[in-house]
Amino acid sequence: MTGAPDVPMQLDDRIPDGPLAEKWDRHRSALRLVSPANKRKYHVIVVGSGLAGASAAASLAELGYNVSCFCFQDSPRRAHSIAAQGGINAAKNYQNDGDSVERLFRDTIKGGDFRSREGNVYRLSQVSADIIDQCVAQGVPFAREYGGLLANRSFGGAQVSRTFYARGQTGQQLLIGAYQALERQIARGAVQMYTRHEMLDLVVIDGRARGIVVRDMVTGAIESHAGHDVVLATGGYGNVFYLSTNAKGCNVTAAFRAWKRGAGFANPSFTQIHPTCIPVSGEYQSKLTLMSESLRNDGRVWVPLKQDDTRLPRDIPDAERDYFLERKYPSFGNLAPRDIASRAAKEACDEGRGVGRGGLGVYLDFATAISRLGEDVIRERYANLFEMYERITGENPYQTPMRIYPAVHYTMGGTWVDYNLMSTLPGLHVIGEANFSDHGANRLGASALMQGLADGYFVLPYTIGDYIAGTKFAEVDTSHSAFAEAEQQVRDRTARLLAINGSRSVDSFHKELGKLMWDHCGMARSREGLELALRRIPELRAEFWADVRVLGSADTLNQSLEKAGRVADFMEFAELMCRDALEREESCGGHFRVEYQTPDGEALRNDDEFAHVAVWEYRGEGVPAKRNVEQLEFEFVQLATRSYK
Amino acid sequence: MSTMRLTLKVWRQASPEAKGEFRTYPVEADEHMSFLEMLDVVNEGLIAAGEEPIAFDHDCREGICGSCGMMINGKAHGPRAATTACQLHMRSFKDGDHILIEPFRASAFPVIRDLVVDRSSFDRIIQAGGYVSVGTGAAPDGNAILVPKEMAERAMDAAQCIGCGACVAACPNASAMLFTAAKVSHLAMLPQGQPERHRRVLGMVEQMDSEGFGGCTNFAECEAACPKQISIENIARMNRDFLKASLREREETGAGAVSN
Repeated sequence: MTGAPDVPMQLDDRIPDGPLAEKWDRHRSALRLVSPANKRKYHVIVVGSGLAGASAAASLAELGYNVSCFCFQDSPRRAHSIAAQGGINAAKNYQNDGDSVERLFRDTIKGGDFRSREGNVYRLSQVSADIIDQCVAQGVPFAREYGGLLANRSFGGAQVSRTFYARGQTGQQLLIGAYQALERQIARGAVQMYTRHEMLDLVVIDGRARGIVVRDMVTGAIESHAGHDVVLATGGYGNVFYLSTNAKGCNVTAAFRAWKRGAGFANPSFTQIHPTCIPVSGEYQSKLTLMSESLRNDGRVWVPLKQDDTRLPRDIPDAERDYFLERKYPSFGNLAPRDIASRAAKEACDEGRGVGRGGLGVYLDFATAISRLGEDVIRERYANLFEMYERITGENPYQTPMRIYPAVHYTMGGTWVDYNLMSTLPGLHVIGEANFSDHGANRLGASALMQGLADGYFVLPYTIGDYIAGTKFAEVDTSHSAFAEAEQQVRDRTARLLAINGSRSVDSFHKELGKLMWDHCGMARSREGLELALRRIPELRAEFWADVRVLGSADTLNQSLEKAGRVADFMEFAELMCRDALEREESCGGHFRVEYQTPDGEALRNDDEFAHVAVWEYRGEGVPAKRNVEQLEFEFVQLATRSYK
Repeated sequence: MSTMRLTLKVWRQASPEAKGEFRTYPVEADEHMSFLEMLDVVNEGLIAAGEEPIAFDHDCREGICGSCGMMINGKAHGPRAATTACQLHMRSFKDGDHILIEPFRASAFPVIRDLVVDRSSFDRIIQAGGYVSVGTGAAPDGNAILVPKEMAERAMDAAQCIGCGACVAACPNASAMLFTAAKVSHLAMLPQGQPERHRRVLGMVEQMDSEGFGGCTNFAECEAACPKQISIENIARMNRDFLKASLREREETGAGAVSN
């Protein structure tokens, strides 16, 4: 099933030679092509229907490929890209404020704390402008100025206004655009859509990804699908923490199954903690809700100067408040990048200056902006976010500051891919949040939508052709024994979960795992904590497999069973994250090891030893995963200590 | 923090073919819980007692994916205006309340299990024309076509639809006019939607009718139930477009003399 342990994993990044600005154009011109008449003979399986999956499936079908697309939701329109609020970056320089492809590239490399690839990031910046054009043409109702031109706002980690938006529902509108394009191809018969289907295994034949095994979530049927290429667009794994801003269904299963079939997994510990989420209100909490970063354009973050100050916010005079982001990072102020803003909030709360229930919160205050601009302007900009806050907390943010706290939001780590977005397993491409390639150790705001659509609309449709044109495919269909074996493994695992009939629910295990990960592999990590987690996770996993209670049967809609399979994978994956965090003996971006910090508490990188991607390789059950390294070369950007002061 | 004791009557149906029934469950809830978190608590109790948990669709739990949806005391998404079930919080209820929970009921939304229904008819309505036919890669610059701010805002008002199906569930006729009209209007108000404007409305309305949704008789219950406050003005706009498009189609196919 996996390669011999002593054969090193091949990690050729396939970044083309030549000047940075010419790499992508040169590469595109050199890619092999599949003739239009032949494309329909090739079957591409796309798993996931968010921004990356829907845009890829639609674009590949437009090109003539025969596409099948799978999602676990009841409609492709519901994928979690829909919840992205604030916006999408693009180097259009419409505001004449000095933006350029070069600047977006540099901001992204710096924002990622110099742990991403120059070639990939430059390409992302280049195609960013095309994305906006494409979405406008699809009818995405972006915000406009009175003259009819596209409007922009600012976002964290940038000093230009390059973020395009549709109120606080940018992800929704972009996804609906991609979804419409996908539905158009479904109507043409060019895409076969499978909703309420979950991928449970990847099928590899002669070293190539050749299909998937899925469960029909309504009938419980286990089905095989064979193809020439499998594209994973399955999003991130933030739900390993149980509480996150991810949708409840988000999971690591597809990526993890692919890992066990031989696809290297890069930087699993790189997770993003978003600074502005609504704080936890009680034990029953099932998810956390983000308040868009765009709010930091007009909201000021503060805590009381004094510890345990129980006065109402309006009773605390300005002189007794600490606007800690403005104080610590004067040149970026409230728009400091996410990792930095999150850590600063945690620090304030750790000092006993947090606000709200349990002291785990800081204020995000709009009073200054409201007095400067008027309530109407604030309402126009953020009405839906303010209403959402009010619905959840019962408090009116026009009158009293919001309370916010950091929460798990995004995972920069993901399946390792080369410049063509292909994993270490030939025929397995990985796009969007599911891959690791562009955001390094910290993603900038409004860049997830950009990357998902860049991969799906403008990168994969080219690069997949190169793989297909250059491959001599053996005739394979679902009658191949590899499908039967994979199906049997899926059935056995399902039967095993149902047979345990223990005493604890799936959620109770998931919550326990999540707490463990948040405490030891969250905003601050230490050797001691990670080693503790690495001892505890296998115990918890054993308890899970001995004592979980999954009721019902395998051949109906069974939501407990679905969750159980996902949590079982999180139980293994969590260990990989902790090992990755433990072995990366430096702090960078969202990965903060308390042992490695500057005297004033900022992340301390170790470029000599860790300017690389850690790529984990599966080597069989019970065998420790192997850590491989892809060295990052910085030809065009000088490695520097990130400063937003 | 206040705790309340509630009595739920929940529709349980094991499969599409099975005969369903209401079952009664007591629950203790915190006022800061969301409605779905309250159901999570009920489900944990059911699992402990050996009864299969209540199946309900949900995903983002922040009111945008459109997955959740159920009738709560006879109202789609419950008592609070402009609020999905996942964003409804228990502070909208009080100690001692009885709450009746049912799936969305419409022949075009068959029940799959408990509160889970099949809304794939909505996707098929979109397939019948709810898009702009523009392939990847050939788009002009985003600022090449000006869009007046007011038009962009009105298009956005319609485009906010989350496709949850509350409009259908709330309508005495189980009509999907508000959903269909929201999509028709979103694209009809933008310059990019003009070339296919007539084709789109004809295709989508025809598909809507063939899915078994009822007709619109202006109850406006859909607008009241819509968690995104989509206005029924969109229905008027769609009807106007539909009429125009039908006339034009008759002209073009020579089906009869119609003047402009």
